[in-house]
Amino acid sequence: MSERAQLLLPIADDELVLGWRNSEWTGIAPFLEEDVAFSSIAQNEIGHARALYQLVADELGTTADELAFDRAPEEYRCSQFAQLRLVPDWARTIARHYLYETADAKRIEALKASDDPEIAGLAAKIEREEAYHRMHAEMWFERLKDEPRFVDALEELRPLVDVRGELAADFAELWEEMTMVRRSVVGATW
Amino acid sequence: MTEAEVWDALAEIPDPEIPVISLVDLGVVRGVEVDGGHVRVEFTPTFLGCPALEMMRDQMAAKVRELGAEPEVTVISDDSWSTDRITPEGREKLRAAGLAPPAPRRPGGPQLVQLQTGSFRCPYCGSTDTALENIFGPTPCRSLRYCNGCRQPFEQFKTI
Repeated sequence: MSERAQLLLPIADDELVLGWRNSEWTGIAPFLEEDVAFSSIAQNEIGHARALYQLVADELGTTADELAFDRAPEEYRCSQFAQLRLVPDWARTIARHYLYETADAKRIEALKASDDPEIAGLAAKIEREEAYHRMHAEMWFERLKDEPRFVDALEELRPLVDVRGELAADFAELWEEMTMVRRSVVGATW
Repeated sequence: MTEAEVWDALAEIPDPEIPVISLVDLGVVRGVEVDGGHVRVEFTPTFLGCPALEMMRDQMAAKVRELGAEPEVTVISDDSWSTDRITPEGREKLRAAGLAPPAPRRPGGPQLVQLQTGSFRCPYCGSTDTALENIFGPTPCRSLRYCNGCRQPFEQFKTI
């Protein structure tokens, strides 16, 4: 696999898996406005995953969907942090959201400086959307920063932000859910 | 066939999620090239997670076929589109439909303090005494605000 694919796949996997995890709050967020916000953020993250997979797919002669949903569990390179199933714990969910968006901002800045124009251009487009995710995360940080449950969650999750390699125990079930439809219909073309 | 004819045909396609405005008003059609019976159209999604991407691509291809040419529609995922590219006509159509047009993009991009304190105008009564309700809304490109002047919630197109 090319250097470019090795760079982009873990990021695409993070965005896909985090998008799925965030979408688990759709319909059950603490209040209606937050339901709208978190669902919208989830949609954006999955959109970023689609665009990143597409860049890799063009190079590997495959499709974004095949990369997203037709790989074996052990082929995913997402961080353990993104894989954790945190529903119904809102404090830990917001702690992950804040830590992820902070770390993601640095990663996008680095990609924007890439000498590969496709990567730099896509990263700049992603950044336009991520600015709103960070505003949302900052609002929640300000609101919860003195709450012991939130402070504990930040301490617990901070060391896990970029732990890769082994998959988290929660991943097996997520992979089943994410890939179920495509695996269930042999030869289907959507 | 001329490029102008293709642009006119594409201007008849409404945005799938905000049908008061066309794809051309929105500024997302980034280029049209006519080469004999072959027409190349480049367009970009407003947001990468736009669920209507394939639908828009198919509608543009169908329009080109109606003109009797073979379409090639390419999606570009770079940084070349901003809400600053929405045409003046498009902005007025948004406002008339109750959707406040986006504020101009400033260097460094949008900031939370600007959304919370800036003077965003209500599309119904024109008051700038409006408050941010939710950064996110029914589609990725919209925020929700509340007008203290006419006591109406309204949607604000995000600055991208």
